Amino acid sequence: MNSKKEHPCQQVSISEDSYTIIEKEQLAKRTICKMIIEAPLIARKARAGQFIILRVNETGERVPMTITEKDPAKGTITIYFQVVGKTTALMRNMKVGERFKDVVGPLGQPDEIEKIGKVVMVGGGTGTAVLYHITQAYRALDNYLVGIIGARDKDLIILQKEMGALCDELIVTTDDGSSGQKGLVTEALNNYLKTSHDVRLVWAIGPLAMMKAVSAITRPFQIKTMVSLNPIMVDGTGMCGCCRVTVGGKIRFACVDGPSFNGHLVDYDELLKRKGMYLNQERESLLFSVR
Amino acid sequence: MEQKTQAEKINRQKMPEQNVSSRIRNFDEVPLGYDPQTAQREASRCIMCKNPKCVEGCPVEIDIPAFVKLIKEGKFLEAIYKIKEKNALPAVCGRVCPQEDQCEKMCLLGLKGEPVGIGNLERFAADYEYTQPLAEVKKPTSPTGHKAAVVGSGPSGLTVAADLALLGHEVTIFEALHEPGGVLIYGIPEFRLPKAIVKREIDYLKSLGVKVFNNMIIGKIFTVDELFDRGFEAVYLGVGAGLPVFMGIPGENLNGILSANEFLSRVNLMKGYEFPDTDTPVYVGNHVAVIGGGNVAMDCARTSLRLGAKRVTVLYRRSRREMPARLDEVIRAEEEGIIFHYLTNPIRYLSNEQNWVKAIECIRMELAEPDESGRRNVIPIAGSEQTIEFDTVLVAVGAGANPVLSSTTPDLKLNSRGYYIADPVTGLTSKPRVFAGGDIVTGSATVISAMGAGRRSAQAIHKMLMGIQDTPTTD
Ligand SMILES: Cc1cc2nc3c(=O)[nH]c(=O)nc-3n(C[C@H](O)[C@H](O)[C@H](O)COP(=O)(O)OP(=O)(O)OC[C@H]3O[C@@H](n4cnc5c(N)ncnc54)[C@H](O)[C@@H]3O)c2cc1C
Ligand SMILES: Cc1cc2nc3c(=O)[nH]c(=O)nc-3n(C[C@H](O)[C@H](O)[C@H](O)COP(=O)(O)OP(=O)(O)OC[C@H]3O[C@@H](n4cnc5c(N)ncnc54)[C@H](O)[C@@H]3O)c2cc1C
Ligand code: SF4
Ligand code: SF4
Ligand code: FES
Repeated sequence: MNSKKEHPCQQVSISEDSYTIIEKEQLAKRTICKMIIEAPLIARKARAGQFIILRVNETGERVPMTITEKDPAKGTITIYFQVVGKTTALMRNMKVGERFKDVVGPLGQPDEIEKIGKVVMVGGGTGTAVLYHITQAYRALDNYLVGIIGARDKDLIILQKEMGALCDELIVTTDDGSSGQKGLVTEALNNYLKTSHDVRLVWAIGPLAMMKAVSAITRPFQIKTMVSLNPIMVDGTGMCGCCRVTVGGKIRFACVDGPSFNGHLVDYDELLKRKGMYLNQERESLLFSVR
Repeated sequence: MEQKTQAEKINRQKMPEQNVSSRIRNFDEVPLGYDPQTAQREASRCIMCKNPKCVEGCPVEIDIPAFVKLIKEGKFLEAIYKIKEKNALPAVCGRVCPQEDQCEKMCLLGLKGEPVGIGNLERFAADYEYTQPLAEVKKPTSPTGHKAAVVGSGPSGLTVAADLALLGHEVTIFEALHEPGGVLIYGIPEFRLPKAIVKREIDYLKSLGVKVFNNMIIGKIFTVDELFDRGFEAVYLGVGAGLPVFMGIPGENLNGILSANEFLSRVNLMKGYEFPDTDTPVYVGNHVAVIGGGNVAMDCARTSLRLGAKRVTVLYRRSRREMPARLDEVIRAEEEGIIFHYLTNPIRYLSNEQNWVKAIECIRMELAEPDESGRRNVIPIAGSEQTIEFDTVLVAVGAGANPVLSSTTPDLKLNSRGYYIADPVTGLTSKPRVFAGGDIVTGSATVISAMGAGRRSAQAIHKMLMGIQDTPTTD
């Protein structure tokens, strides 16, 4: 057998992971929640850019969440989620010691991280959490990292300290100027690119509109730009086609071909519309759950 | 001879069904099953051929006259044990096997009149067993100490697992989804195959000592090689087809256009039909189009109807006669009011301002001469374009080979379409100790053929694990 043997310490026995919540923390005025979940098998395999799909309970929806950190020794993974609908609201109410019904992963393609020089990491809102794992991987390869993270106001900024520790330069923006520069991350990026001419790569993760805007900014500079897409998903194994996105004129399945893609090739407008497909039902689901 | 003439007087016993007006509003099973008397009457039609052709038609070679005789004599439990010697999932096969193309097609009675209702009888015996107190589980022979991994818990994987467990091997199933059963769980709807039946079969497997791990995608959580590193001595890949096929025509990414897999998964796996009691939404509009003519298309059409669609239309590019769906299911769909547009193919989708599909531009097709395979191709008739309004489209034009596992298993040889190459008898792939069968080898086929492949591989795996050499005389 020519496969590379796993390190003995990674020989976690095969059993249904318990998916217990080990730690939980509310951030950004309770709009974002950080959770550390016991999942030893996933922790030992997860690489930057990959995600899990979880279910809260027997009737629960399958919900994708990026793995933002992993600790193979402790057997845990970390997720950051924004409360936007029924499932994430249920998750916010879960307590340390409670278990998820199902967690499957690591899903998606790990990102190909290499040493290339100066990389700008742009994160908006919860996107900063998704960006964090990738930033760690670039740091490990000793790239020059410029972080640009933003939110509406200073209380909504997450991971500032952690990103600050990883990046050689960190720019913080807030819409109201309550912390860092006043304005949007896209403006800060534009200004940065005008003065710094050795940027080799830009990563942008955040709301779709933000990733679209970043891609528009970097295009004239001809800087390769990577984005992480979050279309609606069901199985996460390439079986249903629900997550299909148009990239470079071709249909790609974000769950198996992505979730990261070349930002200059993504059809954002189509994706934006597809994400709204179940809006009415999602509202109903939420209303139903609070009744 | 005496017996024969007597037997032929009885007509094939009709399967009682839920009436149309109530069944299109619920997800309960449509055929209701024989009662014991009806089953015995149907069984008495069989003339117990000395050289039973029906058995040749069954991919797992159930001793059909023997079990039918036992039913006739009222020995229902013995009948099911007879079936189970060859078929681990009789309650499933009795319901979804295309009997009309298999066992019943070959039945002697079918030459002059109607064949024996073999599938209905098989279903009866299986259902009867479940009404009885749980029988002592046939315990596996003494443990061999050998470990085998089965990837995928569709009918193929379940069969391998059951057979190997009964032979005393330690078997672990790895399933990607959160529930085992494969297409039996996520694809075939409740009204054709109640999920409780599949769950009972899985419980039976567990009672044999088979371990089932959900939420584990091989190729992601472990590679195949890592399974060997962890002490498994054989790996069976029964991962199914599992890739939706789209037609690649303009507008296919509009909202309201779903693959059959997505639609059926939302409904069956995620129980979307109980929304909002369950959390996964499933949308059907007023006017649903289903593209395709197989079982999957019928299931999509009939499911849409039950979810409240006002008009459901199947668009199929060939004619009714070429439809691959089971005739029974086509007839039921017609009874339920599904509209069929034959010789019709979509060429383009049109949208409203919200990016929702609002109409399909179709073209009329005409049948060409049959090709070598006997299948008649179709050619579009120029100038016959026509636009029909729809607000939901379900694409059920086939499945492809999912690459999640193969892309991480470089030494697994694939054919040009991405399916695994495996020995037709043993299921052995190009990779030592790795076997494969079911849809991922043959392309989309049937439950029973996936099970047949599993059965054959189980024998080969057993021999390999026990170091038994093949003698040249074995077939
Ligand atoms: C690869 C990937 C990684 C993700 N990582 C994170 C993360 O790290 N942190 C985070 O907060 N969010 C992440 N998301 C988004 C997250 O999955 C959705 O916010 C979540 O599903 C919302 O569920 P809900 O029931 O609370 O809200 P709903 O009421 O169901 O929906 C609210 C919003 O979420 C979107 N959404 C709904 N269902 C899904 C679904 N199954 N898949 C994707 N989007 C959906 C809808 O378009 C809608 O805009 C990720 C999504 C993907 C695809
Ligand atoms: C809607 C529909 C209706 C049908 N109706 C009929 C019918 O009436 N009669 C009939 O005979 N046939 C029917 N079929 C076809 C039949 O269901 C299939 O031929 C059969 O299920 C194939 O069995 P399988 O075991 O090969 O794969 P599947 O049933 O597809 O099971 C494969 C399993 O493997 C899992 N898997 C895949 N990749 C991995 C991985 N990397 N790691 C772990 N697990 C993995 C999948 O999640 C799945 O659970 C129908 C199919 C569909 C979709
Ligand atoms: S398993 Fe299928 S083909 Fe075989 S006897 Fe039963 S119904 Fe017929
Ligand atoms: S071919 Fe028909 S009649 Fe003959 S044994 Fe089989 S089921 Fe009975
Ligand atoms: S989520 Fe089903 S194919 Fe990607």
